[in-house]
Amino acid sequence: MKKHKKARQPEVAFYNNPENRAIIYQVLALVLIFFVTYFVLNNMFINIEKRGINTGFDFLSSEAGFGILQSLIAYDESDSHGKVFIVGLLNTILVSVIGIIFATIIGLLVGIGRLSKNFMVAKLSMIYVETFRNIPILLQILFWYNVVLAALPSPRQSISFFDSIFFNNRGLYIPKPILESGFTAVIIAFILAIVAVIFLTKWANKRHDETGEEFPTFWVSLGILISAPILIFFVSGTPATLEFAELKGFNFRGGWTLIPELLALAFALSIYTATYIAEAVRAGIEAVPKGQKEAAHALGLKDHIILKKVVLPQALRVIIPPVINQYLNLVKNSSLATAIGYPELVTIFSGTSLNQVGQAIEIILMTMAVYLTLSIVISMLMNYLNAKMQIKER
Amino acid sequence: MKILKTASLSVAALALATTVSTADTLDSIKSKGMLSCGVSTGIAGFSATDSNGKWKGLDVDMCKAVASAVFGDASKVKYVPLTAKERFTALQSGEIDLLSRSTTWTNTRDTSLGLNFAGVNYYDGQGFLISKSIGVNSAKELDGATVCIQAGTTTELNLTDYFKANKMTYKPITYDTSGQTIEGFKSGRCDVVTSDASQLYGLVLKVKDPNSVKVLPEIISKEPLGPVVRQGDDKWFNIVKWTHIALLNAEEMGITQANVDSMMKSKNPGIKRLLGVSGEAGKNLGLDAKWAYNIVKNVGNYGESFDRNVGKGSPLKIDRGLNKLWNQGGLQYGAPIR
Repeated sequence: MKKHKKARQPEVAFYNNPENRAIIYQVLALVLIFFVTYFVLNNMFINIEKRGINTGFDFLSSEAGFGILQSLIAYDESDSHGKVFIVGLLNTILVSVIGIIFATIIGLLVGIGRLSKNFMVAKLSMIYVETFRNIPILLQILFWYNVVLAALPSPRQSISFFDSIFFNNRGLYIPKPILESGFTAVIIAFILAIVAVIFLTKWANKRHDETGEEFPTFWVSLGILISAPILIFFVSGTPATLEFAELKGFNFRGGWTLIPELLALAFALSIYTATYIAEAVRAGIEAVPKGQKEAAHALGLKDHIILKKVVLPQALRVIIPPVINQYLNLVKNSSLATAIGYPELVTIFSGTSLNQVGQAIEIILMTMAVYLTLSIVISMLMNYLNAKMQIKER
Repeated sequence: MKILKTASLSVAALALATTVSTADTLDSIKSKGMLSCGVSTGIAGFSATDSNGKWKGLDVDMCKAVASAVFGDASKVKYVPLTAKERFTALQSGEIDLLSRSTTWTNTRDTSLGLNFAGVNYYDGQGFLISKSIGVNSAKELDGATVCIQAGTTTELNLTDYFKANKMTYKPITYDTSGQTIEGFKSGRCDVVTSDASQLYGLVLKVKDPNSVKVLPEIISKEPLGPVVRQGDDKWFNIVKWTHIALLNAEEMGITQANVDSMMKSKNPGIKRLLGVSGEAGKNLGLDAKWAYNIVKNVGNYGESFDRNVGKGSPLKIDRGLNKLWNQGGLQYGAPIR
């Protein structure tokens, strides 16, 4: 066969060789795409300049001049539009991360709940999923925002817990820890505790492999992680104080504030996305053959152990791919924040900044690049996780 | 859905790429048979829909006046409601031909956005609206207040300047539309709303009990509001500019919607030139000789439009103030037609 092929090759003209052809066509396609893109962009910028509209990215260093409600890094009105971009990006990431964590927890619980033998739990889970995935997310965001705001009292009539946590229509105020120099000891204790937990887990796994005896790794680890830093904290003479929020003038000042826009948006995104994750979880669990569970039962394992050690590991292979999509959707849906004024990327950068400097092309391109990058990062992380979960054939 | 709109606007901006910029707006409007006029999403007295869904207001009258000058017909307008954020992209990309949406004339907008301001049809200033129950009587007492504000406006920048100049701090809650802004204020999310004073009078009417709120006395900025066109089309720029001037001159000469027909027989040379009985004003603008007649016939003069929409004949009852004619102590001054 090989000989035959080799013998035939010289007879075929270079451009008739299928391998060469494939390469030539792809190069041609690439060149064509490149030139069309170049032509379109170049033409666009020439036209824009002709109309007297500023172009270029100089605006990123010019003063923004407007305030932002919440920023994770220090920001004030004299900072640049470039800083506005960073502030918006961080706020987008913040609400996305919060949303992903809660959506995953709720989705997992509800997904398992739908398959529960308990009639109430199963039906309630079903009602939850069917209700919240069928209402558009924008409506839900507006609904939660308006409900949250309407239900809460004004700052002067705040709901307070132990005079240290306050909840009103300006947000949730919690005490802010102020760290002193001695606090490094506590951080070191925490790091040591993590190292101890890693060793403990290794030891417990080894013992389990050798003797088959279970060790309550999770609870013991949790105990170490919490108690070690606390112990050091008190031993070293409590090197941190709490700054409480105080009602001064119009509003509470000091402490940490969770603004209602963030609460409503994170809540709506989690509740909505969780319905889809729940369905993915249910599909994944149902995809595990019944025999697996029956066999585990026959071995005398308890229900939660079966779920944790037999069903979920196999189900995850089915669950992860659709869940990646839901994470991506959640990040993109966070841009709907513009409806309620949560200061994320789309609201403040491709909204306010765009309007102040008027450079739509540059700003929209930058914003699109951000969502593209975030999406690629999430898919890469999740695909890595997915690859680890696959059955390893040896 | 704002996202969709912003996205579609940017796509429209990208579409600039393929068309070689066509300069002649008047020709394109005539061939469309329609003037695309950008207005607000609802600012009482300036551009808002009434109970029949018809657009009404001072800014809407500007759209109608320009349509009257071009077509002799005030109804040939397609209204495009835009948020503050969307307005300039819509004009730059050619989605609208005229932006008549309480837009402040500033240096940046006039020079770097490829726009031209065709006049000032309302001299405004920024003020504050607050609940009486808070017990604040001056903007100087607003230190630490939470302020509701509309995104992408000069208001947002003036606020920063004002609070900085007075060494005060504030928390901004930035909404997309003036509707959301007043909702935020009503639900107690913020202590105070800031906007152009003219808009605050409209917002007062939207609060459940208008007596429970008040507008603080300080006016913290100059806000000359007016119609905007794209740069690079002087013919179109002239038409919009002179439409505004015609409205002012009609008031100055006492020509009203009711008497415009009889005024056609007037011996006054100024009136004759304005109404196209003599002179070449219409021809010079590339319009019909009766362009100004049509404006007054369909819309009325500036004073009539002002009273009907925002002044004493409207629920807003705003004082003419700076918007009086120059010969009555105001700033509105129509250049001579000759």
